[in-house]
Formats: sequence, structure tokens, C-alpha cells
Amino acid sequence: MALPDVLEALNKAFSGIGVDENSLISVVANSSHEHKKSLRKGFSKLFIEDENGFERSDQSAIKNLKFEFKRFRDAVILSLLHPWERDARLIEKAIKKGPKQYGVIVEIACSRSSNELLGARKAYHSLFDRSIEEDLASHVKGSERKLLVALVSAYRYEGPKVNEDVAKSEAEILSNAIKNAHKRKPIEDEDLIMILSTRSKPHLQALNEHYNKICQKSLTQELEGEGNLKDTVECLCTPETYFTRVLDSALSADADEESKRALTRVVVTQKELLVKDGSVPNKIEGILTGAYKDFILGSLAREENK
Amino acid sequence: MATIHVPNQVSAIEDAESLRKACKGWGTDEKAIISILGHRNAAQRKQIRLAYEELYQEDLIKRLESELTGDFERAMYRWILDPADRDAVLANVAIKKSSPDHAVIIEISCTRSPEELLAVRRAYQARYKRSLEEDVAAHTKGDVRKLLVALVSAFRYDGEEIDTRLSNSEAKILHEAVKDKAFNHEEVVRILSTRSKMQLLATFNRYRDDHGTSITKNLPGDSGNELVVALRAAFRCLNDPKKYFEKVLRNSIKRIGTDEDALTRVIVTRAEKDLKEIKDIYHKRNSVPLDQAVAKDTSGDYKALLLTLLGKED
Repeated sequence: MALPDVLEALNKAFSGIGVDENSLISVVANSSHEHKKSLRKGFSKLFIEDENGFERSDQSAIKNLKFEFKRFRDAVILSLLHPWERDARLIEKAIKKGPKQYGVIVEIACSRSSNELLGARKAYHSLFDRSIEEDLASHVKGSERKLLVALVSAYRYEGPKVNEDVAKSEAEILSNAIKNAHKRKPIEDEDLIMILSTRSKPHLQALNEHYNKICQKSLTQELEGEGNLKDTVECLCTPETYFTRVLDSALSADADEESKRALTRVVVTQKELLVKDGSVPNKIEGILTGAYKDFILGSLAREENK
Repeated sequence: MATIHVPNQVSAIEDAESLRKACKGWGTDEKAIISILGHRNAAQRKQIRLAYEELYQEDLIKRLESELTGDFERAMYRWILDPADRDAVLANVAIKKSSPDHAVIIEISCTRSPEELLAVRRAYQARYKRSLEEDVAAHTKGDVRKLLVALVSAFRYDGEEIDTRLSNSEAKILHEAVKDKAFNHEEVVRILSTRSKMQLLATFNRYRDDHGTSITKNLPGDSGNELVVALRAAFRCLNDPKKYFEKVLRNSIKRIGTDEDALTRVIVTRAEKDLKEIKDIYHKRNSVPLDQAVAKDTSGDYKALLLTLLGKED
């Protein structure tokens, strides 16, 4: 294979999310010594020439490669775990990683059913000899703590019964809390936290509609910029919107590692939701590569064929 | 240990038939009802209800509700329910009072095991089509609300593992909060509502070792501040539930009028659990057996049921 083609193939194999294992096998495995030398000289993504003319590897670029190679493995493992253990481990990692990852905790607490969330809490006991609430309460500081502990502790009623009058009056409570955001941050409003963390999802959806009527804006629009609070409302009221947004973020050109990891998490945990959106496989097609791509597309296809 | 006496052999069908006989006709044979139901555990009572439904296409509970009256009816109604369902009813009654009974909510959320509390939450949803926490949140306000919602939402780790570093640091935190009278301190709620019971015991013991007294000494029971009263109840329930129940019983009998709600609640909810130990504590503390005190203060079928649950042989 001519060198420019090899370089292009290598580049392509390492572009996108995941790696093209087959291409790498054919390009790298039977490269001659000379070939590899030229590869190093020409492949600036991974190799740089230092002051001594030595073609050394760019360690941070190689480190990032590690993430791409790992993706397939992580997707397989995540897929195999019992959903409760999976969610418990995702939450534990998120707590350890800190504020930037609290969105994952919100996502799990708000998108799972009451019994799935309960299961995750039980699994957490078994895996870590502590409860999620106590780890959250002792690691999370500030106003996020109240919200996260409350969300994770919820055991929401799952029936359809909604009291419209209460939903309406609570929509007004939220509207006032948001109007007074300049005096007190909404996330510190006790009533707001109580409502979002104890009411059933149908109730909150009804509340959202009333809010729309009162304020001519949806709750999620109003909470733009309020990070975890916005995610909370979106996940509880319009999960499809939330997960589409997370997916699109993961697939965008400037996605960082954590955003990309969300892709595996969302596809593995929200198959049913994503399959309804026919555009997802196409979105993935051009951007994912290799075994990782096959696994993700395969996961989505399996649901369709059920 | 349980106080009720249960026969070795029982037949749900025979029991259902006997109960039917006791309810049919002009009067109700309350003694027969007590002598059957007062000697059956939760699993057996459930079987009897199922058998009764099968035989007579009627809900035994509804039949009893219509035949019985007063304190006796209330006690029997609570006794016959499944424990989780019973706690759900007790919680709902406490919440719906014009001035919500915080102590009952604290009692249920702090003395039941994590799995039992979970079962209560499920039973509450099934019965009232709302979650327990949303009702508590909707009917209480302020700092007490934060505490109560946190306590009912807890799903504590149920194991024996303790972290002594943690009990040390958290005993300090509790001390600071109590010292500064900063009872609405977020940390107090966090510790009380998230730590496992074993961990909390270690923390309370540490507090006692460090300061010579228990935390509750600094939380006066006659305080006008409802948060202080609630915290005190929570600490006592978590620290030594049997001692707590003895006090509730003592207070319920001590009053000029007996507090039948509290008396019924403790006897009915602990008869299959630890009423024996609570009786022992009562006797030690008051120099008179609980049975005697209850017999003196109550009458009629209500008294007969309570004494049966306390272990009186027929």
C-alpha cells in the first residue's frame, strides 16, 4: 500500500468515536520496519519529531486513543451488568468524579422507574456497604446536595391519577420561585425541591403544562442555565428531549471525553426510547467506527427486531 | 420478642367460619373475634382474610368495620391489617390531622427496618395513589418538613459495617449543632436520615463518651420548638426504640384521659416484634406490670383485645 493511502487509512481508523480495528490490522500488523518509520514521520496525530530528530510518540494523544479503544469494552460490560448494579456503579463513579458529573446522577434518578431506582439503591448497599444518600450527602457540597439526595431518595407514585388543582397551584409556586431567582437561586427553594423530588411524573407533566399556560414558556426554557435543575425537569417531563440532547452532544465535533462516554451510557440504558427515534442510526453512522459502532448499532437493532 | 400466643395448628377456613358465626345474627360475639384474631400472626391473619373472601365473597375487614365500634374497632382494624399496610394507614392518619402528628411519622420511619419502611412506602402508594413523601411534604412546613421527608425517604444500608472515623467526626458535628442550638443545621438532617442504624449507634455512643451525656439531654422534650421536639424523637427512636416505645406507653396511660391512639398503636405494632422487652422495661421503670396499668385504664372489648395482644392467656 502506498504511503499516502496508509496514512489516510490510519487517520480514518483513529477518527470518530471508537477505532476501526480491521483497518488497523491490515495497515499496522503487517507493516514493515521501513513502513512504520515512514508512518511515524508522516502521522503527526500521534508522532512528533523532537529537537533531536527522534520521532517520539505524543503521549497525551496516545492516552486519548486509549479511551477510543476502551469504548467497545466498556459498552459490552455495561450491557452485561444487571441494570441495578450498572446504575449503582454509574452513580458511585459520578459522585467520585465531582460536580461536572452530577448530571449523571440526576439522569439516573429521574429517568428510571421507581422500582429500578430502588433496585439501584439496594445494589449500592451490597456493592459499597453504604447507601447512595449517605455518600451523596457527605461528598456533595452546596445547594446541589439537597437536590441530589432528594431525587435519589424518591419512590414516586407511578399511577396516572393527577390532581389538576394541585398541579396548577404548584405550577404557580414554581413560577414565583423562578421569578424571584434574582433574590434566591431556584435550586435553593425548598418548595421547588420538594415538588420536583416527591411528585409523580404524570403530575409533573401536568404541572409543566399549567406552567406553560401561566408563563408562556416551558419550565425547561425558564431553567436554561440552571444546570442540574434543568436536567431534572427535562428528564422527568420530557425524557426524549433530554436524551436526544445528550446524544447529539456526544456526537458533536467538539465533544469531550465525558460527553462521548454518555453515548455508551444512553444507548445501553435507553434503548427503548432511542429506537423510537428513527434518525438515531443515521446520526451514528458517519461518526462511530469499528467494533464500537457495530455494537451500538447492534444494540439498537435488537430492539427493533423484538 | 413477640407477646402474642399463637396455637400450633390453625385452619384459616375454620377461623373464617368461626368469625362469620361471630358476626352473624343480632349481636356480635366480640370475645370470639378476639380469641381468634388475637392469637394469629400476620401471615395467618392474611390467610384468614383470603379464606373469608373465598367463602363469603365479602371483605372480612369491612364486615368487622360495620360490626364493631369505638376504640375496639379502631384497634382491631389496625391489628388485622398487614404490617406495611397498617403503617401506611397510621402514617396517613398522622399526616391528615389538622396539626400533623410528627411523632408518629418519626416513629414509623425510624423504628422500622429499611426493607419494612420500603414496604410501607409501597403500601402507601397502593392505598392512597400518592407517595408517602409527597403527602408528608405537602402537609408540613419549614425545618420540620425537611427532617420528616428525609426520614421517610431513607433507605439505609442495613449492614454491620461501621466507620469509626466517621462516628468520631459526626459526633463532633452533632455536638456543634446542638451546642449552637443550630438545630436546622443541614448536617444534622443529613446524618440522621442517611447513615445506617449501626453507624448512628456508634456515633451516639461516641458522643456519650466524649461529652458524658446523651445528645437528647440538650434537646428538651418540653421545648416549644417543634423542630427540637422532632429531633429529640428521632434521636431516641434511632438510639433505643424499645425505650422510646416504653415512654410512649407510659405517657399514653399517664394522662388524665388515656391516649388510646398511642396505646393502640404501640401495642398493635410491637406485639409481634419486641413488646415483651418493652413490657420488661415498663415494669422496671414503673414498678407495675404493663398489663395491670392497661387493665386499670381501659375497659370492655378494647381492654380484652389489648390484654390478649399483651400475652394474656385465655
